[in-house]
Amino acid sequence: MNDELKYIGKPQPKFDAKERTTGRSVYGHDIELSGMLHGAILRTKYPCAEIISIDVSEAEQLAGVECVITAADIDANKISFKEDHPVLKSGLVSCIRDEIAAVAAETKEIAEQALKLIKVKYNERQGIYDPFESLEEEAVQINQWQPEDSPKNVSMTFEYEHGDLEEQKSKSKVIVKRRYHLQKMTHCCMGSSNITADYNPAEKKLTLYCGTQVPFLYQRDMAHCLKMDPSRIRVIQPVIGGGFGSKLDVNPFEPICAFLSMKTGRPVQILYSRYEEFLASPTRQSMAIDLTSGADENGRFTFREVEIIKDNGAYTSWGATTPFVMMQTFSSLYKMPACKLTSTAVYTNNPNAGSFRGYGNPQATFSVERNIDLLAEELGMDKSQIRKLNSNTPGEITGQGMHFRTCGLLEAMEIVAEKSNYESKKDMEQSGRYRRGIGLGSMLHVGGGAKIYRSDGCGTTLKLDPYGCLTIITGSSEIGQGSETVLAMIAMEEMGLSEDKIKIINSDTDVKPWDVGVHASRTSFIAGNSLLGAIGKMKEMISPRAAKLMGVEIQDLVYEKGLIRCAQSDVQIALDKVVRDLHFMPPHELAEVSYFYEPPSKYQDKGFKGDVSGNYAFAAQAIEVEVDTYTGNVKVLDVWVAQDVGKVLNPMGLQGQIEGGVVMGIGYGLTEETQMKDGYVLNPNFHNYKLLTASDVPEIHFYPVETNDPAGPYGAKGVAEAPLIPTAAAIANAVSNILGVEMNELPVTPERVLKAMKNKSELTERLV
Amino acid sequence: MKINFTINGKGRAKEIKASTLLIDLIRDGLKLKGTKPGCFEGECGACTVLVDGHAINSCLYLAVNVAGKSITTIEGLGGEDQFLDIVQEKLIEHGGVQCGFCTSGMAMSIKSYSDKCKEEGKVPNRNEVAKSLEGNLCRCTGYVKIVDAAISVCGN
Ligand code: FES
Ligand code: FES
Repeated sequence: MNDELKYIGKPQPKFDAKERTTGRSVYGHDIELSGMLHGAILRTKYPCAEIISIDVSEAEQLAGVECVITAADIDANKISFKEDHPVLKSGLVSCIRDEIAAVAAETKEIAEQALKLIKVKYNERQGIYDPFESLEEEAVQINQWQPEDSPKNVSMTFEYEHGDLEEQKSKSKVIVKRRYHLQKMTHCCMGSSNITADYNPAEKKLTLYCGTQVPFLYQRDMAHCLKMDPSRIRVIQPVIGGGFGSKLDVNPFEPICAFLSMKTGRPVQILYSRYEEFLASPTRQSMAIDLTSGADENGRFTFREVEIIKDNGAYTSWGATTPFVMMQTFSSLYKMPACKLTSTAVYTNNPNAGSFRGYGNPQATFSVERNIDLLAEELGMDKSQIRKLNSNTPGEITGQGMHFRTCGLLEAMEIVAEKSNYESKKDMEQSGRYRRGIGLGSMLHVGGGAKIYRSDGCGTTLKLDPYGCLTIITGSSEIGQGSETVLAMIAMEEMGLSEDKIKIINSDTDVKPWDVGVHASRTSFIAGNSLLGAIGKMKEMISPRAAKLMGVEIQDLVYEKGLIRCAQSDVQIALDKVVRDLHFMPPHELAEVSYFYEPPSKYQDKGFKGDVSGNYAFAAQAIEVEVDTYTGNVKVLDVWVAQDVGKVLNPMGLQGQIEGGVVMGIGYGLTEETQMKDGYVLNPNFHNYKLLTASDVPEIHFYPVETNDPAGPYGAKGVAEAPLIPTAAAIANAVSNILGVEMNELPVTPERVLKAMKNKSELTERLV
Repeated sequence: MKINFTINGKGRAKEIKASTLLIDLIRDGLKLKGTKPGCFEGECGACTVLVDGHAINSCLYLAVNVAGKSITTIEGLGGEDQFLDIVQEKLIEHGGVQCGFCTSGMAMSIKSYSDKCKEEGKVPNRNEVAKSLEGNLCRCTGYVKIVDAAISVCGN
């Protein structure tokens, strides 16, 4: 059937690309409402301190200041995943992002000036910035609202186990145990965080223009924080300048802005500066992973035993639940007879971590793939062979209960090995200043959403107008990932409409049907299936009327070019004419339908077992790098990516996701780190936080693997997170191979490379 | 103080302060919101506009310096009668746009560089084109398609 597809599988520029390239898209930064005030937030001076007093009197008197608030002025519930985060702090500040007061003023300048007039007296305290220290017996309790049922300074623990660990250990010929250190990383969305809150005191209604990626959960969480009825809150999502997981939580600046608007009765806007973005936007978790894994004499993997300590920061975000995804990699990437995992998210006086594209999986995959290289070395096996030998296979039900109905991992690994010429590069002679070599990495990630909430569903409403235009009102959100385009393509395909006959509405909770939000690479899969269901219902309405008007059988109808024609004869009718007939002739019906799609995935049991996603995505990468042994500099030369995408829906959008993900992965592997010292962010700007630029980008060779998954729309799987997941692992493996060292810490900076080389030569000297 | 300048082909006079930044004049004074604030530190290039044909970071540039000069922003890139400039067309065609926040700045940088190449009668190679865009950060695309688009503009 796929041969007959007209739009699906063909390159389609983004639905909104014209608006974006002409500067017409309205981002949160561009909103101006009548009477709008500008908000600004005063943050703590010290990462850990007692607040003795706050004096806002001078700030209040500054001309142009409408309102100043502190914790004493608001009646709010705490936010965050564990409800351990007050939006404005009093008594104690626990990290350098902490919000103490906020101002609303006529201009940005006045608001900034007012902040300077607020006088806060602190009593500085000794903070704890290392999670291992937080766990020591004498450590003080960092968050006074931490969950009561967990040990001191522990925010969240996960435990997972399958198989007989002891038996598998005894079967192991080699066992490798290592500790891996993974760094903090900031999303660096080009459009900084922002919100415009508009409270109407007469109606007691609050409209929020904000970049959330989960508008319906956000509406509920905001209502809880503000002590309001959720239905009085309307969330409108302006265009956002990048998400990558950063907009999954409610962050304090959002309720703060709402309070400023409620106090003043005027719209208030808060825009983060880049500095604030680095300080206050929750990062990818830093963590230490202790991974022990084994293999038998034939190279078959036997077990993985994992202990993870994560730096939670001072408060708990959704990101604390990343072990949920990490354990999938430990338990099920490659065939795995036994696995045991414990993960502990630990409070520190660092800014709180959050969720980030990949959701813990880049960290987990890094440790797994590094350990595989070490196992192969101990066994004297080829690193590609050992991976292929242990590959997951179609039909497999893993120890965790995930059912891989389709699985393109083996094929992906074969493709990258072949295309990269792995055989000829793996043991290159190493001498001289510049040395080249290659490394491998694979990954497993959910491809059809993840049932972590009561529903992982999405609603769609369709409306055909009397001019033959289709309006798709979808619960899903566009955050730059191109989901709108895929939805438009599906509608074009199924309804036989051209692009200019399709409108998409997806940004207003007052209008759109429920959806759980953008996460887990789910949007094309879930919203696509939801749209397909809605189109089916629409056709049930249109087709009988068309058949009657045309005097033909329903099963002969073909939707094409804005017409409905009969496959058996040359009778046809314009779609708009059928719609008019429905509307204007008895019994007078609207050409409107709604559909809710709930994926077949299962909520996991207490032991985290179960088929959690609609389907699963796999990928393999081979990366060739060059190391400058004088400077320690690592240059990525070529990246080969093969990814099981189920089915390519939009090759152009897909390629863009792959390239963007890989480059983000290279940044994670080589240059990006939110550096902390004693609770302060050392590099809160683009000058010192090194993003890659156009000149740093290697050749990226991409090979989609199509496994046509029966659950996905046209066979598709989610794609957006995968390309970043194995990249850093493959880079570290390449550098380790080339130099004969172990790069077990990210990012692989020149300093770390030189240090590893030095340690190695000292060791050899000692042995000689 | 009052300055006269040309914006997107039209003459304008505007009252400004000596300290007003060009980005604020454009976004707040002239209400042209297509020019984007990415960092206000001269590091990201999202705010790039053309002043007498040269790409500059409008967040570092004082508005007084445009007196008597001609500014082009993304809204004026297509000129009077075209809807899309070739730079915009190529960015769309090659898929160089995701969230779009960097796009205005990218487009202006590509425009300035390709004009310069044309003037010099030079067809730049891929590395040179990539180098010319080093001042523009993009978090979404990985740059490949943006550079593809720029190359096809420069080769035209
Ligand atoms: S906003 Fe001007 S360079 Fe970033
Ligand atoms: S497209 Fe999002 S920053 Fe470039």
